[in-house]
Amino acid sequence: MATLHTVNKSPFGSSVLDDCLGLAKSGSTVLLFEDGVYAATTGTKSAEAITNADGITFAVLGPDAKARGVEGKIADGIKVVDYDGFVDLVAEHDKVHAWL
Amino acid sequence: MAKKFMYMNTKAPYGTIYALESLEVVLIGAAFEQDVSLAFIGDGVYQLTKGQNTDGIGMKNFSPTYTALGDYDVNKIYVEKESLEERGLSLDDLQHLTWEDEDEDWAEKDSIRLVSRSELADVIEDQDVILSF
Repeated sequence: MATLHTVNKSPFGSSVLDDCLGLAKSGSTVLLFEDGVYAATTGTKSAEAITNADGITFAVLGPDAKARGVEGKIADGIKVVDYDGFVDLVAEHDKVHAWL
Repeated sequence: MAKKFMYMNTKAPYGTIYALESLEVVLIGAAFEQDVSLAFIGDGVYQLTKGQNTDGIGMKNFSPTYTALGDYDVNKIYVEKESLEERGLSLDDLQHLTWEDEDEDWAEKDSIRLVSRSELADVIEDQDVILSF
């Protein structure tokens, strides 16, 4: 059962991303949106953790990254999706785990 | 058909409304005869501590409600071991939650299952619906 995890908090003010990565299984996808997009920006510990996470696919919601001026700083290997791409991700997975 | 619902409890009880709201939704899910499990991770483990007393803060102490969950057939309560240990807690610091097994002459059984992070990941994988609070 492939799970789509969604994370909308910055990794600097919240442990949600760590909690998510601690429980996410290989084969799942993590979509970072709203303040969650900061986790994917280069030069951060979280981006390093993301790049090294085995078997987990990461995506960032482009409009949220763009709004925050970090679209050009998204680390290599992290897919950027638009709202339609978000919907596709939801449809492609068996369930969504919306982290709070 | 009953679905497997997992309620993920991630926040301490009185600083935000999430813990209380989760309990409300859990009871609703149970009333609709779904297969309900609860997980407590991170600060969520503080929801289950013994000895809560809210007399001084003007809020309802809802911790006794957890002891009633067994009567609603909510008896799969997973507590993440790592989260407890990080906070200097052990099972002895938590309320003793039990349920009565109808199939075994109403034998009283423990509801809390202490699981490692990786064991919990397997349990979550097996669910149909995950609701995070």
